[in-house]
Amino acid sequence: MRQIAIYGKGGIGKSTTTQNTVAGLAYLGKKVMIVGCDPKADSTRLILHAKVQNTVMDLVREKGTVEDLELEDVMKIGYGNTKCVESGGPEPGVGCAGRGVITAINFLEENGAYTPDLDFVFYDVLGDVVCGGFAMPIREGKAEEIYIVCSGEMMAMYAANNIAKGILKYASSGKVRLAGLICNARKTDKEFELVTALAAKLGTQMIHFVPRDNQVQRAEMRRMTVIEYSPEHPQAQEYRTLAEKILNNKMLVIPTPLEMEELENLLMEFGIMEAEDESVVGVVEVAA
Amino acid sequence: MSDKIRTIEGITKESTQAMIDDALAVYPEKARKKRAPHLAPNDAASGCSGVKSNKKTVPGVMSARGCAYAGAKGVVWGPIRDMVHVSHGPVGCGWYSWGTRRNLMSGINGVTQFGMQFTSDFQEKDIVYGGDKKLDTLLHEAHELFPLAKGISVLSECPVGLIGDDINSVTKRVSKEMDIPIIPCNCEGFRGVSQSLGHHISNDSIRDYIIETREFAEPSTPYDIALIGDYNIGGDVWSAKALLEEIGLNVKSVWTGDGELEKIAATHTVKLNLIHCYRSMNYMCKVMEEKYGIPWLEFNFFGPTKIRESLRAIAERFDDVIKEKVELAIAKYEPIMQAIIDEYKPRLDKKKVMLLVGGLRPRHTIGAYEDLGMDCVGAGYEFAHGDDYDRTAPEMPDATVVYDDPSEYEFEKFAHALKPDLIGSGIKEKYVFQKMGIPFRQMHSWDYSGPYHGYQGFEIFARDVDMAVNSPTWKLVKAPF
Repeated sequence: MRQIAIYGKGGIGKSTTTQNTVAGLAYLGKKVMIVGCDPKADSTRLILHAKVQNTVMDLVREKGTVEDLELEDVMKIGYGNTKCVESGGPEPGVGCAGRGVITAINFLEENGAYTPDLDFVFYDVLGDVVCGGFAMPIREGKAEEIYIVCSGEMMAMYAANNIAKGILKYASSGKVRLAGLICNARKTDKEFELVTALAAKLGTQMIHFVPRDNQVQRAEMRRMTVIEYSPEHPQAQEYRTLAEKILNNKMLVIPTPLEMEELENLLMEFGIMEAEDESVVGVVEVAA
Repeated sequence: MSDKIRTIEGITKESTQAMIDDALAVYPEKARKKRAPHLAPNDAASGCSGVKSNKKTVPGVMSARGCAYAGAKGVVWGPIRDMVHVSHGPVGCGWYSWGTRRNLMSGINGVTQFGMQFTSDFQEKDIVYGGDKKLDTLLHEAHELFPLAKGISVLSECPVGLIGDDINSVTKRVSKEMDIPIIPCNCEGFRGVSQSLGHHISNDSIRDYIIETREFAEPSTPYDIALIGDYNIGGDVWSAKALLEEIGLNVKSVWTGDGELEKIAATHTVKLNLIHCYRSMNYMCKVMEEKYGIPWLEFNFFGPTKIRESLRAIAERFDDVIKEKVELAIAKYEPIMQAIIDEYKPRLDKKKVMLLVGGLRPRHTIGAYEDLGMDCVGAGYEFAHGDDYDRTAPEMPDATVVYDDPSEYEFEKFAHALKPDLIGSGIKEKYVFQKMGIPFRQMHSWDYSGPYHGYQGFEIFARDVDMAVNSPTWKLVKAPF
């Protein structure tokens, strides 16, 4: 069983990419479980055709304690026999969503969710790793393979580099490795080259360049993955290719994150960022 | 404060320093460097502390300290009898602080006093989703079940601070809904270096939410005082209050032993604050001094010598009526005290005692031991600050060892070297020293005895010390090795 965690900047398309890739793996006959690690609980809706899934924490809240929960209450089967679980958690501003992730994953382990017939477990993690709870999927004995979803946009690349720093911390004490960047294209300038260059600097690969295509949105409106909605569409083929690449990926590295200056130089090289003009810093606009 | 510097035969600054160095020798260099300034021979003449204090405990050594929550629940809030005190968080902190430190209470349990345990008993779901709704429900239920409770305190345990629950907004809202005072106390255990911060935070909560919110019904008199920092361990307040009333003072409120919320709230109108436990309540004495111009005086009701000194110091703050009554009281009780001394001193004379208690009692009780002929050969605190050690130096014989937040190893090592006849400390130390064959008394809880305060208390104190030191038990115990 390979356990894979998907990280990346918020809104970059982690959940969409994860579910389409998982659908691709299922299409290839693989048995997969998705564990959504985000209180928003939108990591499984395309696989289940559901608005929202009953989350582990919601049921814990309803029943009182986690001990009263049964695995079948929270695990649903979707497209291609994919098992789906959402950790769930509080609305923003209260409680501790990180603890929710820990509680949910512990529950899955204790109740035998990780069956030997599974080929893959995917953890779809909330955008910003703000505390220990969101690093739970990459703790010892869990995901050892991490993919970062990014694009050619500046903030997405900053985030990717920051996540690489986090992975480095865990990699030095355990088996966690960076397995590649997935470019979820936004049609920015020289996007392919830029993400390829960033991947090289991080010591990894851009495992796949997923082009932007509105077919993804058309499928999402039907709460489906592209692979299920339109298996013959070229975009479906892109995800199947990504799934195949992940299936055969052997390039697991300890990342070499960039210093901020190095990253900015890279962005400038590709014309994403302009060189800073120190003479204007802190100078107010002169009234006309 | 004693007039002349006392010494103990065989104890010199050099011998004490050698004993300290010997204890420190086992530590790794970094720990040794950190611990060394916390241990020193007393310099009685200088009247200033020779030790560093109120610093983070060195990792790896076994400390007797508690946490901020312990200081809030176990010291300041717990003894207030007519309030419901909520341990807000998982059940352990509430369970283990149930009954606090034998803070005795008058009234009827569940009706006019609430010496019981309330906790919000956090579960996983409360951590993940926040405990504010549960707190809301709990506050309403507590008020419904115990409508005579005058108020509620909400004492935060660690997780509440970690997940950032806003207890202050919940208490504010529910307080308005139910029209009773509900006081949030952000005393999460991880804050600060010891329980001492819990005292300070609680004092601040009293300042922000309680003081000046009530007035006494009776007209004020020139003899109105408040008894601050007496927690009624084993009935201490009842002994001290009776004596203060005997000398003509009106004890309008007690902080916080057998305390009442509304009287505490009206304390801003008294004429003098008399403070016993300086460490835990000096903050509010200073606030009341600054804000309402109420002077405060630290006093000591342990043993006839200190009681006499304290009564006369108190009398100095009042007119001749009080001065006369003080002298009458001294004249009345001293023969009784002398009879007690005559009975016990022959059996306790020249016996040695070592002390390690909280933040006040060692320096306050040294006089009582000396009244019985005993010598204090070592004293220290878990969480005292510099001003406490400054006040300790003149009380202790010269060159005796002073230890701040000692590790169990250091304390044992000193006991081996000094061979005391009695150790006065807490439950964590009790069985260690009893197994070493050293008589022991718990000086946090008075070991299921008390009161020890006032003239009434000295008789019990003398009896207990004699019972421990001269118990025939120790002669019957034979080590199997």
